[in-house]
Amino acid sequence: MARYFTDEHEWIDVDGDTATIGITDYAQGQLGDIVFVELPGSGTALSKGGDAAVVESVKAASDVYAPIDGEVTEANEALEDDPALVNTAPESDGWFFRMTVGDKSQLDGLMDEAAYKSFCDGL
Amino acid sequence: MSDDTEDRIAEIETLPLDAWHRRKGARMVPFAGYHMPIQFEGIVAEHNWTRQQAGLFDVSHMGQLLVSGERAAEELEKLLPGAIASLKPGKVRYSLLVDENGGILDDLMVTNATPWIEGDEEEGTEGHWGEPAYYLVVNGATKWDDIAHLREHLDDDVTLTHMDDHALIAVQGPNAATALNRVMRNVIDDMVFMESVIHDFGEWPLRITRSGYTGEDGFEISVPAQFAESLADRLCAEIEVRPIGLGARDSLRLEAGLPLYGHDITTETDPVSADLGFALTKRRREEGGWMGHGEVMKVLDRGPAQKRVGLAIEGRMPAREGASIYSGDTQVGRVTSGGFSPTLERPIAMGYVDTALADEGTELEVEVRNKRLPTKVAKLPFVPHRYHRGK
Repeated sequence: MARYFTDEHEWIDVDGDTATIGITDYAQGQLGDIVFVELPGSGTALSKGGDAAVVESVKAASDVYAPIDGEVTEANEALEDDPALVNTAPESDGWFFRMTVGDKSQLDGLMDEAAYKSFCDGL
Repeated sequence: MSDDTEDRIAEIETLPLDAWHRRKGARMVPFAGYHMPIQFEGIVAEHNWTRQQAGLFDVSHMGQLLVSGERAAEELEKLLPGAIASLKPGKVRYSLLVDENGGILDDLMVTNATPWIEGDEEEGTEGHWGEPAYYLVVNGATKWDDIAHLREHLDDDVTLTHMDDHALIAVQGPNAATALNRVMRNVIDDMVFMESVIHDFGEWPLRITRSGYTGEDGFEISVPAQFAESLADRLCAEIEVRPIGLGARDSLRLEAGLPLYGHDITTETDPVSADLGFALTKRRREEGGWMGHGEVMKVLDRGPAQKRVGLAIEGRMPAREGASIYSGDTQVGRVTSGGFSPTLERPIAMGYVDTALADEGTELEVEVRNKRLPTKVAKLPFVPHRYHRGK
């Protein structure tokens, strides 16, 4: 399984034809206390760069964009009851949704962990 | 991920506690033309700490003004709808600057800061009140316009001083008095909410006012800028006191039902619609003589078309400023500030709705991202005030 990162601070775990999407530890730190996450329903068609989810902190709402094309297969229901999971476990239990990988070539433009780390260091 | 709240603005200035905040680990953002701390350890933790202990807030961006002269009260009464002339020395009142159309230019605190001059036995003089002086604290984003407005309309025989060499530090929370008492003994013993004293703390000349904008008991301390860091350190040395950022200041004042200028009140809103009728003193309503009186009285007589109300939103999704409010298919208002209440652990908001729908318990809907959220008109404040009003 490979983990990719976007410059919008999302992570993508790719396992065969399925990808799991969440926001990074850096992102949750910037947002602060998460109080609500609005997730796409199963079957929602996403296109790379389009709106996929909304994460609400105490102070503001922020959009989460689809990192690749595909169709949503599952949303993380645990976030409904406990949105703070995004703060406490952003890169594991606080995942947002799973989707199909529509176009594998889109993964080529994404960062690996080392590249993402140096990207954050430069911010 | 996008975060569009931190737009870069040119010429952002620094305040006296800038370096102090950075040393304390603040995340700084541009606000009202200054670099300000949005948060330290986190908004929810800071919010809850203030409700349970005491928070230190840097509000030095606000404008501290002194209006002095024999006719200072009469002159201020031309622009403020409150009774300034009957405000006794050391007393504080919430008031408004109102424009000719009855719109709100700013909200502010006025303190009668007339100094007491001690008598001198050797010279045979008795103690007496000095030249009348009024200390105004106005909003940071509006202070330059306020100063221009005051300069334009106040008579030349009163003096307006912008105390821009002073910082303003607020200590707010149920343990604010306990902490402040340990730092400065016997200074605040006899003070109740909306009272103000001058106190020389060593060589630091302070003005301490029992007031604030969190709904909690607390104090606002005006201090010469060069002593601001030392004072902040002295206060934060107390176990009850931690630095709190703007983020929690906003969620605290929203829970307390207190309007935020530029959002819940603007020149497009009048004092009656804004439910700030208490700032229109009875005598001043009847006698007039203040800018905007005619227009405000028209609204008072016929009743406002819309009113500022609290909104309790079902579920967990917050509604933010600008969200439309519906009754059935009809839009009946707009949210002017909204967010998540850490104390109540649910979304709350304030907004304006048609007066017929402004009664507590009225069922409405707020639209967020094309979803209609069931909402009820709620009593303000959302969280009860705990001001120290004395016995």
